[in-house]
Amino acid sequence: MSRIKGTFAALRAEGRAALIPFVEAFDPDRATSLALLTGMAEHGADIIEIGVPFTDPMADGPIIQAAGRRALNAGATLHGVLGIVRDFRKGNDKTPLVLMGYLNPILSYGVAEFTRDAALAGVDGLIVVDLPTEEADLLLPDAATHGLDFIRLIAPTTSDERLPKVLAGSSGFVYYVSITGITGTRTASAEDLARDIPRIRRATDLPIAVGFGVRTPEQAATVAKYADAAIVASALIEKLTLSDVAAVLGDVAALANGIRHAVKVAA
Amino acid sequence: MLRYAVIMNEILKNSLRSGPDGRGRFGEFGGRFVAETLMPLILELETAYEAAKADPRFQAEIDYYLKHYVGRPSAMWFAERLTKHLGGAKIYFKRDELNHTGAHKINNCIGQILLAKRMGKTRIIAETGAGQHGVATATVCALFGLPCTIYMGAVDVERQKPNVFRMKLLGAEIVPVKSGAGTLKDAMNDAMRDWVANVKDTFYIIGTAAGPHPYPAMVRDFQCVIGEEAKWQMQEAEGRLPDVAIAAIGGGSNAIGLFHPFLDDTSVRLIGVEAAGHGLESGEHAASLSMGRPGVLHGNRTYLLQTEDGQILEAHSISAGLDYPGIGPEHSWLHDIGRVEYVSIEDEEALTAFQLCTKTEGIIPALEPAHALAHVMKLAPTLAPDKIILMNLCGRGDKDIFTVAAHLGFDL
Repeated sequence: MSRIKGTFAALRAEGRAALIPFVEAFDPDRATSLALLTGMAEHGADIIEIGVPFTDPMADGPIIQAAGRRALNAGATLHGVLGIVRDFRKGNDKTPLVLMGYLNPILSYGVAEFTRDAALAGVDGLIVVDLPTEEADLLLPDAATHGLDFIRLIAPTTSDERLPKVLAGSSGFVYYVSITGITGTRTASAEDLARDIPRIRRATDLPIAVGFGVRTPEQAATVAKYADAAIVASALIEKLTLSDVAAVLGDVAALANGIRHAVKVAA
Repeated sequence: MLRYAVIMNEILKNSLRSGPDGRGRFGEFGGRFVAETLMPLILELETAYEAAKADPRFQAEIDYYLKHYVGRPSAMWFAERLTKHLGGAKIYFKRDELNHTGAHKINNCIGQILLAKRMGKTRIIAETGAGQHGVATATVCALFGLPCTIYMGAVDVERQKPNVFRMKLLGAEIVPVKSGAGTLKDAMNDAMRDWVANVKDTFYIIGTAAGPHPYPAMVRDFQCVIGEEAKWQMQEAEGRLPDVAIAAIGGGSNAIGLFHPFLDDTSVRLIGVEAAGHGLESGEHAASLSMGRPGVLHGNRTYLLQTEDGQILEAHSISAGLDYPGIGPEHSWLHDIGRVEYVSIEDEEALTAFQLCTKTEGIIPALEPAHALAHVMKLAPTLAPDKIILMNLCGRGDKDIFTVAAHLGFDL
């Protein structure tokens, strides 16, 4: 069983949703990222999403854009990101890691080489923002060969008719982009989620994670009522720029606490 | 008769004009690399465009606006003094700088805004580099009474002030983009971000023959009027096809518009001119085909200026309209199959051509076609006087006089 699958199975037994915090690799430097990853796993993160910096992050808002620029200035590369993963795995073999980024650095690395090296480094899943299902054959076969979960994005604009097509070949979990917009801007309401999550559930047995605009423990708890995981990114990056690693880990603990107290709505 | 049909089918099948394929690809280039949020819109756009293309009323509407509003057909001018000066092939200009708004960009904007109206969209966004596409978009938005937001790199806002003011006069909201290097690439990123956030009512008028399918094909189709007119105009003037057709390339919309109708005419040599900025060796240029390699940016797979790690590099050119690290995917394909030659011209060479054109022909060209002209200056003297070069003079230079003045040491 993959780490991601195992994690969700254990959480289902526990009756709660997962917290998936986000770390932009190399923001502002390698050591900070490694400290965040290690610390988050100890402060209630169930899965961690690692942002791979790219010069042109078209789906990201100003906060993640700025994080990406700082990371690139600090010398971030895709090889370097895998290096961080390898170092993290020396002390943690349990917490699933998902890389989220854009296609071009992967193409430059070489799809076959990248999927092989990512799996060897201890990456569990991939989210490639600008690789829609129509182009997924570029990466999907290699990801499958190396046992990497291929996590697909679903948006409010994804119609019921389109859902099966988007979900084909996906594994691990489904990432629901809960708003039409870029990261870290608006927030989906409880009503939105109550309407949207069941629609996706009807199309898949995979766990559903909700991202884009989840900032506070209360919002994470709302997400946890309806979905299987809450992804928090921009709020944590912002905290890091204003404060330090300890403050971010404090927020992660608070978010984890919010999720643990959420009352699940029957699916 | 049957044999004729077989031959015709063979010709159609072998035409270089039949792309893209069902996945929006020209060979291995093109495609649809966008986030899922946009994907349903891209598919909706494709369906709407296919339906419009098949509707004679849509074409008639485009023709009406091109004739009575844009002022097409644009003239084709025998540049006699320039020809004499260079002492070689006869040089003709396809004068798309005479279009309303002063560049070829309006051809595409007319097509796209009519499509936007057909689709019931009520808000227009666009990116712009030199401001020509922004002005053309703001113009059609004024004409059709639609609100319009233009994303423009903060650096470009500074170096293209006249066009910024024009757009404001036309009622457009200008958003200076400060991310990245603050040029065309970054403006396109922010336009895409706007689109993702406003999917219901917004139509994104992309100005160049790049972006996710169907944009490269659609922009090309709307720009093909350039080459189609030039073809019959050359027939009228010379009774034959030109020997060479030359156009400048940033994203490549004016070039593909000129080249595409000639793709199957193998006697016509096609040359695209990229911006070499301070020189290809300097690292400060915009020559994606000469110096880049294939990758994915802005929704399509194409040649890109990028690092070994796949990070996109900033382009440089004196011409804001050529200042883009990518190129339309059809050009990448035409480059790889060798149908079009791609060369590059440095800032200084373009400035020289800008001045020569102004003095010999009384036409102030934009810095973009000045790059094409700089290559004409190299090529024409090497060809016999009975050879014909057709160059796309795709924009007028009023917008560039401040840039040129600064380089020539004048204080305006």
